[in-house]
Amino acid sequence: MSAVITRRTVLAAGTASLLAAPWVARAQANTLRIGMQSILSGPIALLGTSSRNALMMEQDRINAAGGFLGRQIEIVYRDSKGQPQEAARIARELVNSSGCELLIDAEASSASFAVQEVVRSLDVACIHTNSETSSLTADPKIRAPTAFRVARQGVHDAVAGSIYLAEYASAKKLNKWATCSPDYAYGRDTTAQYLQFFKQFKPDLEVITEAWPKLGQPDFTEVITKLIQAKPQALFTLLYAGDLSAFVNQGNIYALFAQMAVATPNVDYPVLAAIKNLPAGIQSATRYLETFPDTPANKEWGQAYFKKWNERPTNWSWQNTVAMQFYEQAIKKANALGGKALAAALTGMKINTPFGVDGTITMRDDHTTIGYAIGWGQTIPKEPFIVDVKAADWGKIIELETEWKKQQKYI
Amino acid sequence: MDLHALGACLTTSACVVTQTTSGLIVGMLLFLVAAGVTLIFGVLKIVNFAHGTFYMLGGYVAYTALGVTDSYMLAVLAGALSMALFGVVFERALISRVYGSNVLMQLLICYAVVLIFDDLVKIVWGPEFHAMGMPQAFQVPPLFIAGGVVPPFYAVLIGIAALIAIVLGVGLSTTRLGKTVRAAAINAQMVSALGVNTTLLFAIVFAVGGGLAGLAGALAAPVRSLSPGMGFSVLIESFIVTVIGGMGSIAGALASALLIGLVRGFGTIGFPQFTDGLIYIVMIAILLLRPQGLFGRRL
Repeated sequence: MSAVITRRTVLAAGTASLLAAPWVARAQANTLRIGMQSILSGPIALLGTSSRNALMMEQDRINAAGGFLGRQIEIVYRDSKGQPQEAARIARELVNSSGCELLIDAEASSASFAVQEVVRSLDVACIHTNSETSSLTADPKIRAPTAFRVARQGVHDAVAGSIYLAEYASAKKLNKWATCSPDYAYGRDTTAQYLQFFKQFKPDLEVITEAWPKLGQPDFTEVITKLIQAKPQALFTLLYAGDLSAFVNQGNIYALFAQMAVATPNVDYPVLAAIKNLPAGIQSATRYLETFPDTPANKEWGQAYFKKWNERPTNWSWQNTVAMQFYEQAIKKANALGGKALAAALTGMKINTPFGVDGTITMRDDHTTIGYAIGWGQTIPKEPFIVDVKAADWGKIIELETEWKKQQKYI
Repeated sequence: MDLHALGACLTTSACVVTQTTSGLIVGMLLFLVAAGVTLIFGVLKIVNFAHGTFYMLGGYVAYTALGVTDSYMLAVLAGALSMALFGVVFERALISRVYGSNVLMQLLICYAVVLIFDDLVKIVWGPEFHAMGMPQAFQVPPLFIAGGVVPPFYAVLIGIAALIAIVLGVGLSTTRLGKTVRAAAINAQMVSALGVNTTLLFAIVFAVGGGLAGLAGALAAPVRSLSPGMGFSVLIESFIVTVIGGMGSIAGALASALLIGLVRGFGTIGFPQFTDGLIYIVMIAILLLRPQGLFGRRL
């Protein structure tokens, strides 16, 4: 067969392309595109990759069930590297140029605030799936009409953690504490929030030293030795991902965990699995745990994720899964995809999901979720890594959250 | 600023021992990386912005080698030797083409290598962090010296780095190769005119520099997280070390790396919110008093 491309061949191919174009366009138009942006590279890429993994599973599930309003869905992924300006640009591009009709904003907080402002100017629904900063939805001046949060919230975690840690500290007579958190807005604000509630429940609490290592700092030696010198009875840390792993590995060789009790809300399965020689007895929150809530549905989802990706899910994985479950129910209820219609459907909606403490999660009027599983337990070096998990009291969380909102003049 | 805590620390033997050890380990690992930067600059006048990549790859190679061999010693050797080889390839294939050209061209090549290898690491090892874990032999309680805490693993690392500093110093001042390298640092063209194979010499310099960075990455892998882009975190400090010590001076690199380590060790107690700033203030103060750096030649 001759490999020479003649003018006639080119013309024929061009004609065929022109004839086929409307069919291709129609097929594309029938597919419902959902834009997703996150941190998909760099030291905290785990946030984005574990979010994307969960969304890919949801796409398969939803398409197998007939899609949204009879249309197959296609999730379009973009890497913002966590940069707010880039995140804002991508959000606009996903809607205006890539034809996305719904948004999943799987960014960390700094970029989510930027995306929120873009969404405010578009009639499109957006669910923030990873931002934990409370003011994103709690502050009515920041809240956007068509933007919602399906993620744990800093103030909820701070109340739940403080109640648990106050009981633990009282039982063990631990009054002198140290803190060690990353030196940026999340670390400083959330540490302050925890300490505010912690002192409320345990007034004799004394913070005798603080350490603020940089995010991504390779060596924590001087921080660890400083903590050892201060001789606190217990340490509270908000380090996470690779930083937490390095801190634990470096702390182990100084026998740090034998010299003080340690508490952290930030451990996820991959971090627990990556830390070699995980010390037993660290007081730890359950970001995501296959055994909490201890239900067949939760276990089934966790194992399906592991089977598909050969790694355990993270907190961010379940949050993105629930976001798609909310979209699914809201679209059925509204029978529409517009931002305003979906916002009306989402507000006050309660869905059945394996990740709720009682099997349900509710989207409250202030565009944020409540009722998700929050628990605290202690670490062991082997799976399931966290045992003796105590569920947080959501009644107490909401009561104290309301007080906090009044203090902040949000309500 | 907590000068009271710093004063209390400096008058307590336990605190002095613990923070000094802490400063020594940070400083010695920094020296291994910075020694390569300063050696390459001293001889070739190339500012190797890709040096952090050698550190990163050394750690990753050691991580994989440990999985295969189950021997930390072999893993460290694999990390160091593979980076020495990579240094030769890097010099021959890329850097040798831009000797004497615009510094921006050198910077562009180095930056391209950083980006390419950061992405390759993501493809090969994944975008998430990895932890090597402490070798079995070092899973022992720390030593207590004069009330201070000294982990045996860190004592060994300090010993290895000190040994390398001695070998480098003695090698450069007494061996024929060392003397040739020092001569090339002063006038490479003259060395070449005297019949020395400078192509080979330059490749050796890159092999030593790359090998030292790879060694640092491999030695630190049991306690530091491995992640794509991790080389950047040590690159900035190794440049500070090079500038404070004097561009091209190995002894200067050792002195300034130890100085930075000790500033970190004690600064975190006295100036917990300003430890990084303190390092730059030390750098500015030294450069005001000695613009050529601690051990540098006057320009």
